[in-house]
Amino acid sequence: MKKLSARRRHPLAALVVLLLALAATGGLYAAFAPADKAQADVAAQSLAIDEGKKLFAVGCSSCHGLNGQGSSDGPSLVGVGSAAVDFQVGTGRMPAQQPGAQVPSKKNIYSQAEIDQLAAFVASLGPGPVIPTEEQYTSTNPEDLSKGGELFRTNCAQCHNFAGQGGALTQGKYAPSLEGVDAKHIYEAMQTGPQNMPSFPDTTMPEEQKKQIVAFVRHTTNDEPNPGGLTLGSLGPVTEGLFGWIFGLGTLIAVAIWVAAHTTKAKKS
Amino acid sequence: MSHDMSEEKLPESHGSAGHHEVAAHGDPFADPGLPAHQPRRTDIDERAAQRAERQVSLMFVVSMLATVGFIASYVAIDPDKIVYIFPLGHVSALNFALGMTLGVALFCIGAGAVHWARTLMSDHEIPAERHPIEADDEVRADVIEQFRTGAAESGFGRRKMIRNTLIGSMALVPLSGVVLLRDLGPLPEDKLEHTGWREATDVKPLQLINMNTNQPMKAEDVIVGSLTFAMPEGLSTHDEDFQQQIAKDALMLVRIAPEDIKDTESREKGFEGILAYSKICTHVGCPISLYEQQTHHALCPCHQSTFDLADGARVIFGPAGHPLPQLKITTDEKGFLVATGDFDEPVGPSYWERAR
Repeated sequence: MKKLSARRRHPLAALVVLLLALAATGGLYAAFAPADKAQADVAAQSLAIDEGKKLFAVGCSSCHGLNGQGSSDGPSLVGVGSAAVDFQVGTGRMPAQQPGAQVPSKKNIYSQAEIDQLAAFVASLGPGPVIPTEEQYTSTNPEDLSKGGELFRTNCAQCHNFAGQGGALTQGKYAPSLEGVDAKHIYEAMQTGPQNMPSFPDTTMPEEQKKQIVAFVRHTTNDEPNPGGLTLGSLGPVTEGLFGWIFGLGTLIAVAIWVAAHTTKAKKS
Repeated sequence: MSHDMSEEKLPESHGSAGHHEVAAHGDPFADPGLPAHQPRRTDIDERAAQRAERQVSLMFVVSMLATVGFIASYVAIDPDKIVYIFPLGHVSALNFALGMTLGVALFCIGAGAVHWARTLMSDHEIPAERHPIEADDEVRADVIEQFRTGAAESGFGRRKMIRNTLIGSMALVPLSGVVLLRDLGPLPEDKLEHTGWREATDVKPLQLINMNTNQPMKAEDVIVGSLTFAMPEGLSTHDEDFQQQIAKDALMLVRIAPEDIKDTESREKGFEGILAYSKICTHVGCPISLYEQQTHHALCPCHQSTFDLADGARVIFGPAGHPLPQLKITTDEKGFLVATGDFDEPVGPSYWERAR
């Protein structure tokens, strides 16, 4: 203390006091001032939208228009929401390789970060379904499987087949197989109704039910054991009939020929 | 045909060489002839013959009883009754009874006929020479003669009991089929002409219940491009007759932007572009709901009948005979979608009394 009071008349003392005061004020301000996180988020979001707009101009605008307003080659994207972008680009359907009855799924060329930026840009055009979070499409309740199965048979099986193997529609269109499809993408497809699939909005099919359907589809196409040993593609009567006629009846005919060639009558001559 | 055959292959050119001729020793192609005829017991013993006759008649009588039993079980047994039968497990009592009685009725006719042929009809071996396809008058006369002999030997005229019981059993069996046809007709009810929606009236409309949530729906819940399935208020999946009811009542709800709906009548039956169509295909009644939201086509997975839901569900491809029936819908004072009446035509496959 003595040392401090001895130097209080030092010519630099005022400067030191001033610096200390400034540091304290700054420190207090930093500690107590409202942290403007939201503003930072908005900044990040607008950055994503900007980046997304650039990606959109390169990859999407030739069909959907520079501002996503649509053209004769592609529909307007106003109001489709980020979930639609995440589904279409995430499964490689967009950008489409060629126009046609159906745009097939193919290798995705965008990183998830780029898809998020594109989705942010499209979502900024108008409100629409939002990319679901993981807990929205991940079920932990084992009962969901049977409930999902019931819902699947009511709403989905007519096009996608009872085992999710897909099926034909009109004029070259088809409902794709659900085997190996990401849970998030199944959820988004139900939300947004891609291509000719009808949508199943939360108002007519609540979130919980979508989660149950996803659980059932994932189980049926990926995890379900097959006690019979031969699913024959789970396609139903066509493959089963073909198998029955060719292998079943073929075996019977072969046995009949063998039996006929080994009778006592045949031995006599 | 006859000039294609070389003359020497015809039986005539071999002379009368038949099975009576003793084969030349060492001839590998020698005709072994017929074995000596062995008389059956019924040929010698008239009492045995009468016993066989009674056995045959008994089988025909059993057939008649079984046919009566078929009709009786069709009338008496509750179709929903399930019974445990040892090797089969839990089966429908009605199906089991119908199958058993019809099976016994047909089996006894067959078994009786076989028993009759084996014990009472003549079993004399008759060699038949091969001849050209066209038969001359002599052969035809021979055939008629053989037929007469057969008729005489079968004792059809003589054994009246067999004849009468056979005619009785044969006459009764077709009744089984006639009785089954009853299920086809609308008589005495009009079940096929109406659905569960007939309960709805202007005063007391029926709400459309979403089949996923079991809740009524508001118009704004149904968005353009979505597909929703609905059933009438008051029907529950726990009802005993749910499957029979939903097979007629099922609706598919789609919403099409009103300016895209081509058929004015169809637009007026809907509510702000929400159209409620029967889910049952008008071809053979499959549940159809392969809805393509961009083209508004609905496809039936069974025979590819395609309906344009934007144009009054007109058939644009496939075997279906007429458009899908559309249910007139509106909203009640709380804003829930309701129906105020039944479909104005029968749902499902065509039948003979269809109005349009």
